[in-house]
Amino acid sequence: MTTDIATAAEAAEPIVPGAPPPQPLRLDFWRGIADDNPVMIQMLGLCPAMAVSNSLENGIGMSAAVIFVLFCSSLLVSSLRKIIPGEVRLASYILIIATFVTISDLVMQAYFPLLSRTLGPFVPLIVVNCIILGRAEAFAGKVKPMRAAADALGMGLGFTLALCTISAFREIVGNGTLLGFHLFGPHYEPWVFMIMPPGGFLTMGLMFLVMGWWGERKKAKLTEVAA
Amino acid sequence: MISNLAWIFFSTLLINNFTLAMFLGLCPFFGVTSKVDTGWRLGVANTFVLVIVSVSAWALNTYVLTNAPYLRTIAFIVVIASMVQIVEMIIKKSLPTLFRELGIYLPLITTNCAILGLALFQTTRKYSLLEGIFFAFGAGLGLTLALSLMASIRERMDLADVPVVAKRMGLVMVIASCLSMAFMGFAGMGSG
Repeated sequence: MTTDIATAAEAAEPIVPGAPPPQPLRLDFWRGIADDNPVMIQMLGLCPAMAVSNSLENGIGMSAAVIFVLFCSSLLVSSLRKIIPGEVRLASYILIIATFVTISDLVMQAYFPLLSRTLGPFVPLIVVNCIILGRAEAFAGKVKPMRAAADALGMGLGFTLALCTISAFREIVGNGTLLGFHLFGPHYEPWVFMIMPPGGFLTMGLMFLVMGWWGERKKAKLTEVAA
Repeated sequence: MISNLAWIFFSTLLINNFTLAMFLGLCPFFGVTSKVDTGWRLGVANTFVLVIVSVSAWALNTYVLTNAPYLRTIAFIVVIASMVQIVEMIIKKSLPTLFRELGIYLPLITTNCAILGLALFQTTRKYSLLEGIFFAFGAGLGLTLALSLMASIRERMDLADVPVVAKRMGLVMVIASCLSMAFMGFAGMGSG
């Protein structure tokens, strides 16, 4: 178990220069959820994480779209990695991503018109979500499709985890509801501030503060054990 | 006509500030705001690109995409990427000092959500060419304002004695929340 953690930590560093070192699929998958969580650790894709997180329903819709786009584009980028020339790879990646984003946008408009209207331009904006292009460039373009798929699923679920936590918190506190059900009865005075834009920044800030506190505590414990 | 244009400009600049009220362009807002100079310059470069993209998006919508609205996202992103490339080449040729100062931030404008967001919002709101240009100017200046405000606060923060827990992004986010709250005060302008 300890060796697993060590390889994961090593693998997290030298992603950019060459291909990521081989490791079990399980680790490729878990890294996105925990150690390298795109929103909480790498701080990528913050725009959608705050813009559409005022209710859990929006959060779930957005996460589903991101998982779909991330999975399909990673798979395609990885399958075409030997065909795409290095000089035009970024343009090709963007085109692949934009294609899948258009598909998910049209599907959402057809089957979930209400959700599509609330999310508005934030669905097409997935094209410029740094998580997806980042994974294509740093991972999917350099490994076999199986690993790219595992990585994409992990990163997608990591994004979902962060987005759902943030949006559930904002909806409960700011509106007194969760997925539209009233939680606290008629006498609850909603903290409307939280579902407005500053509430998004504040929730994110609180989350980073809690994580910073958690990290410091862990570090203090480790030094205590060492001493 | 004039009041409509002025309304679009000021509402995008202050009330619906792209960064602080609509969460567009957060990457540069948190990534490159450690120095006032860089933040300011990046804002100006963004304004430039925003105006060009606004005009090209209008042209695309009016003349090219009338029969194929489903190709909008793909067409916009391709146009944005090439526009940024062209702007980069022009600046490199004519203003080499500015080019060196901006460095990596210039190509990164392509993946700034504010640019694509502007093209998309302009399309859903059906702005005319002139309205689009005012919209782009407002958005760009709003972005510049947000970037310079944040950068000035962060320069002061470097000198302050901050608890270890808040050293990284935590405090910056809370400050962004306060800035955003301050900008909410402009919403009162709408009724007047």
